[in-house]
Amino acid sequence: MKIHEYQAKQVLSRFGVPVPRGEVAFASAEAGDIARRLGGDIAVVKAQIHAGGRGKGGGVKVVRSPQEAEQVAKQMIGMTLVTHQTGPDGKKVGRVLIEEGLQIERELYLSIVLDRAAAAPVIIASAAGGMDIEEVAASDPDKILREHINPGTGVIAFQARKLAFGMGLPAPVAGKFVKVLEAVYKAFVETDASMIEINPLILTKGGELLALDAKVSFDDNALYRHPELKDLRDVTEEDPLEVEASTFSLNYIRLDGNIGCMVNGAGLAMATMDIIKLAGGEPANFLDVGGGANAEQIKNAFRILMADKNVKAVLINIFGGILRCDVLAQGVVAAVTELGVPVPIVIRMEGTNVEEGKQILRDSKLNFTTADSMGEAAEKVVALARR
Amino acid sequence: MQGLTGREGTFHAKAAAAYGTKVVGGVTPGKGGTRHEGWPVFNSVHDAVRETGANATVIFVPPPFAADAIMEAADAEIPLAVCITEGIPTLDMLKVMTFMNGRRTRLIGPNCPGVITAGQAKAGIIPGHICREGRIGIVSKSGTLTYEAIHQLSKQGMGQTTCIGIGGDPLIGTSFIDALTLFSADPDTEAVIMIGEIGGTAEQEAAAFIKRTFNKPVVGFIAGQTAPPGRRMGHAGAIIAGGQGTAAEKMQALMAAGVHVVKSPADMGAKMREALGR
Repeated sequence: MKIHEYQAKQVLSRFGVPVPRGEVAFASAEAGDIARRLGGDIAVVKAQIHAGGRGKGGGVKVVRSPQEAEQVAKQMIGMTLVTHQTGPDGKKVGRVLIEEGLQIERELYLSIVLDRAAAAPVIIASAAGGMDIEEVAASDPDKILREHINPGTGVIAFQARKLAFGMGLPAPVAGKFVKVLEAVYKAFVETDASMIEINPLILTKGGELLALDAKVSFDDNALYRHPELKDLRDVTEEDPLEVEASTFSLNYIRLDGNIGCMVNGAGLAMATMDIIKLAGGEPANFLDVGGGANAEQIKNAFRILMADKNVKAVLINIFGGILRCDVLAQGVVAAVTELGVPVPIVIRMEGTNVEEGKQILRDSKLNFTTADSMGEAAEKVVALARR
Repeated sequence: MQGLTGREGTFHAKAAAAYGTKVVGGVTPGKGGTRHEGWPVFNSVHDAVRETGANATVIFVPPPFAADAIMEAADAEIPLAVCITEGIPTLDMLKVMTFMNGRRTRLIGPNCPGVITAGQAKAGIIPGHICREGRIGIVSKSGTLTYEAIHQLSKQGMGQTTCIGIGGDPLIGTSFIDALTLFSADPDTEAVIMIGEIGGTAEQEAAAFIKRTFNKPVVGFIAGQTAPPGRRMGHAGAIIAGGQGTAAEKMQALMAAGVHVVKSPADMGAKMREALGR
């Protein structure tokens, strides 16, 4: 689960990571008040969206008075911000962060993520902060420092020092960096984060280290034990159909194409998307109805699929292991009968109770196209979507 | 079976027993001393192992308690633990991996359908009736896509030796390399189908292993060629992060190692026939 920059800073701050003073505003008048409270000569107005590249897209502006803060906030709130990470449609800005302006001496990069191959968290640090870390990795890999953390010990101070001196930080700052790193790691572990990225971690002219920007995302599997973090979710940043699907516990991701897919199992669902593409079609979505899907779930799945107006044909590809083909067939017949599905449906079933399932489809007298293999199913649905 | 008395556990224990697996009991803390569907239930894995001599456990415990169940099995030194559970927090699995270092127990999964040896026994939820006895091994990150591979092989007249679902999570107990090592040493397995997914580097590491030391034919398929970057495609481990872990790079690596890679999931069985020159 992703959260906004201002939320990430709030979370990190609770663990002792130094962040700039600032507050979120949902309306321009609030922005002016916040700027007033912050005082100082300079403030920064930052659009809050779940994507990077905001600066280049016009989503980060320096302001020199509370009036200017209010004006800029007025422009930004409600604007559609397009960055290289949002896609061409951009994201609508609903909130802005008003922050104190700071005198930046240096920009560093710091992140923590799980290294799957090493089965350990890894700290990634670089003196080349403020830039796209992937560009740095491509052009100047020596500038990227890594330290793997032993989960039993946590961050050991010498590791933090290694990174600090590796980035060329002078001794007093290195000491501060050790504290910051320990705080960031603590946040990572205690919030069940899947990633924390601070880019840039700045060194101010006054010698302070602060997280000027912060990205935190949480392990979805762990949210059940962090209800206060679950509350940070901003559904307006998500596709509305995906939000609706999640209320039914359906694993659904919206794509660009016109062939709706309903599959049991994530691997098979991805493979179904792949085979549709290979047959010359474009999948409209990823949808895993899971092993225990009952008739109600199948109806919900159909609802979600058909709510996507791009869908011209539907492919149901089910290999029944836990999920029984007769249960599936009953669910499909009930859904189609109740909802009335105006597009052609290709059904390919295999596995537990497949003959019973096929019989139920035949007996329904509804206009399903059946297929025996994945290849055949893909060819048929692509042809039907073209009509 | 840990979690025997739950709905999933009960269903699959019966299915496994019907397939020929010797299911000897269950573990549900607090229900020790009772019987469930004819099986004795124990409070702990230790008790179960001591009383029944079980040498494997299948874990059907819900996500908040599954890591604990795995570690309990490892502590009891049970040789094989298969964890079906999907949704275990990643940091819990990190604890499990650390705990299991140096212990005897082999973990398969989590978030996997388990393992089946055709015609003999199964520890998990792979449907027995789709399998045929034969000489092809399967190792896969996916559940139902594995069943698809089994089905294609069976239709082509090629049966299976053992099918191992290693699971779709980022941290798992048995890797592709672990499975391939076992298949390498198995005199009954003539060739292997390897099914991967986007995310991580396990397939690339397996490719290097295959190039170095694996001499039996391998057919490979990677799911997620059309997956958009940055999105978690169902499985917790199935995510293209920072431009890495794409299907294309995995397919490249496998092809360079001599694996017969198919683009279409429908071609796995046919490709195996071709690879074996049949």
